[in-house]
Amino acid sequence: MNLYPFVMEILQVLILLAIGPVFVGWVRVLKCWAQGRSSAGLLQPYRDLRKLFSKDVVLAENASWIFRFTPYLVFGTAVLAGGIIPILSTDLPLAATADVIVLVALFAIARFFTALAGMDIGTAFGGMGASREMTVASLAEPAMLMAIFTMSLASRSTSLSYMAQLVMSGQSVLRPSIVFALLAFILITLAETGRIPVDNPATHLELTMIHEAMILEYSGRHLALIEWASMMKLFLFTALGIAVFAPWGIASSADLVAVAAALLFMLLKLGVAGVVLVLIETGLAKMRLFRLTEFLGSAFLLATLGMLSYFILE
Amino acid sequence: MNLAVAAQIISFLAALVLLSAFGMLVQRRMYGLIHLFAWQGLFLSISTAVVGFVAGKHHLYISSVLTLSLKVVLLPYILHVLIQRLKIQKEVETVVNVPMTMLIGIALVIFSYHLTAPVREISTLVTRSVLAIALATVMIGLLMMITRRHAVTQIIGFLAMENGLFFAATSATYGMPLVVELGVALDVLIAAFIFGIFFFHIHTTFDSLDVEQMARLKEGD
Repeated sequence: MNLYPFVMEILQVLILLAIGPVFVGWVRVLKCWAQGRSSAGLLQPYRDLRKLFSKDVVLAENASWIFRFTPYLVFGTAVLAGGIIPILSTDLPLAATADVIVLVALFAIARFFTALAGMDIGTAFGGMGASREMTVASLAEPAMLMAIFTMSLASRSTSLSYMAQLVMSGQSVLRPSIVFALLAFILITLAETGRIPVDNPATHLELTMIHEAMILEYSGRHLALIEWASMMKLFLFTALGIAVFAPWGIASSADLVAVAAALLFMLLKLGVAGVVLVLIETGLAKMRLFRLTEFLGSAFLLATLGMLSYFILE
Repeated sequence: MNLAVAAQIISFLAALVLLSAFGMLVQRRMYGLIHLFAWQGLFLSISTAVVGFVAGKHHLYISSVLTLSLKVVLLPYILHVLIQRLKIQKEVETVVNVPMTMLIGIALVIFSYHLTAPVREISTLVTRSVLAIALATVMIGLLMMITRRHAVTQIIGFLAMENGLFFAATSATYGMPLVVELGVALDVLIAAFIFGIFFFHIHTTFDSLDVEQMARLKEGD
């Protein structure tokens, strides 16, 4: 039996766990530079996580099993998603069993349980955050699926590995459908990972927070797991975007040099993605919650236009 | 440039024209609207030049330059000056129900796709697939004229419609004869001047460019 794909699988998950926090650190460092502040360094997210892991968990009296179970589930789905998305190699055993629709469902499960956990304790903030998160999700998910369907149409497959391989083979240059899908995907990524203009990851101001409001009751290792998972989520969405729209460099053969090159390319592309993200975040202000329908509506519009232009123009 | 690459460039530009049409549909600010209109003109002009190059029709170069000078430079400039003279540059228009308007826009694109299907069957031109986009641009311009209440935005909608018609002519038949195109260009220019004069009159009479005001017949009630 060929062990190579399994080794790659494990390597990918390890890289996801290791680089997720560093990527968030990189975005924070860039943001500090852009705003003329001095930064806490690339490794600050690790220090935060270590601090949280060493603290005790404080549980509310009426916390149910959902509240205790959610951090592990959220963390688990993020790790599982890391096994599906071709980050380093397209030859993955999990990628063959799960396609991109399963991936969206995985993120949806994590979100569903986070919202439940937010309401579980019964504080006002948790419920408010859950309600907002669901509002955003109900608008972002159709747009996300539409963008993915557009890509699936263009590559005639819903398997991420296959999509990446097809784009790498260079048959599609400057296709309008892919460009539209990419634009839609960028807007959705901002919404799904809770970045400005949809949500501000650095705020604890009660009127504006969405994600932070749901996890306000968490502490200790539970909070650490959720924080780590949300860092991984940012990394995963970026990796998903890279795998679908710019997969050049991802290894497709069982070769150590190719994997090393893939790692190098990945770091390079992540660096660029971080710069783009910071440019968007610095250039925009956070949107009012009720204008989000327009923001996510335009994401849906772009994705639909991508699909239409596939039929009309290609 | 081989044919496949040219076709790809043309369809990409068509997609951009459609995108700018949608952008205009939902844009609230006057200046943003004019900039989007200028961008649409630019994409149109480049696409006309590419079509002219592929088809070997040299008169298309002239219409491309005409589009560039008229729709990218002159008309936006006139509108710019108008907005400054009328002191409405800070006005932000309320757009009714943006997501709904977007959905109607999408429906219009699908409708034009089906409408132009027979033409696509029999046509042999490189640009045959672009016709649906051109028709959609016309309809979105029309939709913009219906949904907006401000006179200036309605005029921009009208000009966007004209863009769509021009695009349709280029893609369906490799452009109209040069005399017709010159005539249309002149018409649009004259229309822009007349609109300008009308704006001033509407503005002095009603103190606003909101066309809702004109629905009332009596003065001051």
